[in-house]
Amino acid sequence: MMRFLRSAFVIARRDFTATVLSKTFIFFLLAPLFPVAMGGLFGSIGARVANQTERPVIAVIAPAKEFERLAAARDQLADALGDGALVKIVGYSPEADLAAQQKQLLASRSPPVRAVLSGGLDHPHLVGALGGDPATLGQLKLLIATARDGNAGEPPDLPVTEVHNSSGSVAADRATTAWIAQAALFFLTLMLSTMVMSQLIEEKSNKVIEVIAAAMRIDAMFVGKLFAMLTASVFALVVWICAGALLLQMVKHGGVQSLPTPAVGWPGFLLLAIIYFAMNYLLFGAAFLMIGAQASTAREVQTMSLPVTFAQMLIFAFAATAINSPDSAQGLAAAAFPLSSPMTMLARAAERPEWWPQLVAILWQALWVALILRFGAKLFRRTVLKSGPRKAWYEGWFGTALRNVP
Amino acid sequence: MLRQVSASAASDTIAVEATDLIKDFGETRAVDGISLRVPTGSIYGLLGPNGAGKTTTLRMLLGIIDPSSGTRLVLGRERPLDAAPEIGYLPEERGLYPAMHAREAIAFMGALRGLPLAEGRRRADALLAEHGLADWGKKSIRSLSKGMAQIVQLLGTIIHKPRLIVLDEPFAGLDAINQGKLEELIRREARTGVTVIFSTHVIAHAERLCEQVAIIAKGRIAFDGRVDEARARLRPIVRLRTRASDGAWRSAIPKDARREGDEWVFELPEGGPEPLLKALIDGGAGIETLAIERPGLHDAFVAIAGNKAAAEMAEEKAQ
Repeated sequence: MMRFLRSAFVIARRDFTATVLSKTFIFFLLAPLFPVAMGGLFGSIGARVANQTERPVIAVIAPAKEFERLAAARDQLADALGDGALVKIVGYSPEADLAAQQKQLLASRSPPVRAVLSGGLDHPHLVGALGGDPATLGQLKLLIATARDGNAGEPPDLPVTEVHNSSGSVAADRATTAWIAQAALFFLTLMLSTMVMSQLIEEKSNKVIEVIAAAMRIDAMFVGKLFAMLTASVFALVVWICAGALLLQMVKHGGVQSLPTPAVGWPGFLLLAIIYFAMNYLLFGAAFLMIGAQASTAREVQTMSLPVTFAQMLIFAFAATAINSPDSAQGLAAAAFPLSSPMTMLARAAERPEWWPQLVAILWQALWVALILRFGAKLFRRTVLKSGPRKAWYEGWFGTALRNVP
Repeated sequence: MLRQVSASAASDTIAVEATDLIKDFGETRAVDGISLRVPTGSIYGLLGPNGAGKTTTLRMLLGIIDPSSGTRLVLGRERPLDAAPEIGYLPEERGLYPAMHAREAIAFMGALRGLPLAEGRRRADALLAEHGLADWGKKSIRSLSKGMAQIVQLLGTIIHKPRLIVLDEPFAGLDAINQGKLEELIRREARTGVTVIFSTHVIAHAERLCEQVAIIAKGRIAFDGRVDEARARLRPIVRLRTRASDGAWRSAIPKDARREGDEWVFELPEGGPEPLLKALIDGGAGIETLAIERPGLHDAFVAIAGNKAAAEMAEEKAQ
């Protein structure tokens, strides 16, 4: 075992040094500009979709009759504009302490409330976090006017008491954080997996692999290569995080502290980001390395990796469905499926504060990483050097047990 | 435990032993039941044309690929990779990282075999200086000529002071001067007790260097033994030029003798040179010149592997 680790270390050290000390690593460090731009593009699309599907919930503190009028007005407008386009309202009976009720509702998670409307139809007053959302405010004025007169007449005055955060605004911000984190994880893993595969092809073409294969177990080389790129990319990740934080500090009012805090907090979230990146990369990197072992030219690699890249995008899309609803059946399925689990759980870390599901997921993913590395290394050895006695495919999976079946 | 002791004892005298090695690639059988024993401290040559199975045999002996069937014992170990720290290997297709400096490449090859990197760098400096190549240390591999890169890789092969050195076509791509240097290096390593196995399709190298050769053709060993044993398979060759073109002396010449220009060329008859000389003189041949030549390894190779294999090797050498 020690020799295996030492051999893997020799490969990892060489690959790490060759990667980090090369001129092209500077381009690699600039690479996030592309995914950030893409992330921004997809993020805005995602945010638009999120705005449509996750409409802000406005809690209405009013007697039942008044709320019914407001709900009827909403139904009336929904016929014309469509239900999805309108603000969502939920009624609550007034309690003795209005301020306490408002505070309680703004902290509510189910549903996540962005603002509280009180004062009835005659003296409406809104308390909440709607600063950046004039459309919702406009819709509420329209609803109140319709509820008052039966049609959308003169829009009423609607004074707003702005609060910094509501459960609804925090949920939206955290969903955005989750989305950006997932997109970054996806693009980074895709980029690195492709890089590690290209390195392998280079080694196959310059025949270094023959020298290495004569000196150590080929699976030690497999593990060494994976971990070298992992170390190089964690190094890059740290550079990117520090550079990003510095940039925010310089250009954004309030600096990094103004960013929406993920549910588990920034230190925990960054730690989980690195862990999940490692898991995601090892899972996909192993798959790409297996492909690289079977290809002998860059063209073959492109052809063979295309379906895997598409599959990776599907998995990314699957993981993205868990944002906003990590506890739904779909969200849990995405968290349980090993290949989508790292991306899903990172998004969850942005949205849910509990740590125990994260620890369970890390153990679960580690198990799959171990399995895939083991299988990948075996397959790598058999394909990269066309070694070993010929076996039926089932013997590769089930060992020789099937041979003994009478 | 007993087995370990006997394996160790065997490895004192036999560095490499292979028994019935077979390797199939799909439907093609590249190596077909090769068995060989390489004595410790010897220089052992694998001779044969391209495609004969030399490289596949070496790769199996090194554990790069596993045989389809058959067993190997390398430096007393059944799994060749267990002996990797004591083996140096120069593959036929040279493999170096183009961006690496020569010194680093040599040290890296040592590190692959378990030599600490710092020690590898120190030895690399010493080796480069010893071979008059101290200036190359800081040059990248891509800036070196093919021959230079080959020397660098060769130094990387011996950096960790292996007990067994395996060289696959080591002379290919080297000029005459570097070929001479390489031959000297092989001899020097062998003098220190290192076992050297190399494959070649250039018979002259094997003839100059090897104590023992295996001639491989079509995946099988056609001959395995000492070079003089291979030669001894053939009778000495007589080259005779006479003044008389015909006469009683002609009965002393074997029926399968052939003419090469003015000369008769034939194998020395069983009786040896004296009866032949007497018959020629008594028969009035008028001997102008008579030479008795010991057959070379090439002649032995032709006799063992056949004319076709020899022609293929000659063609490869020319290329």
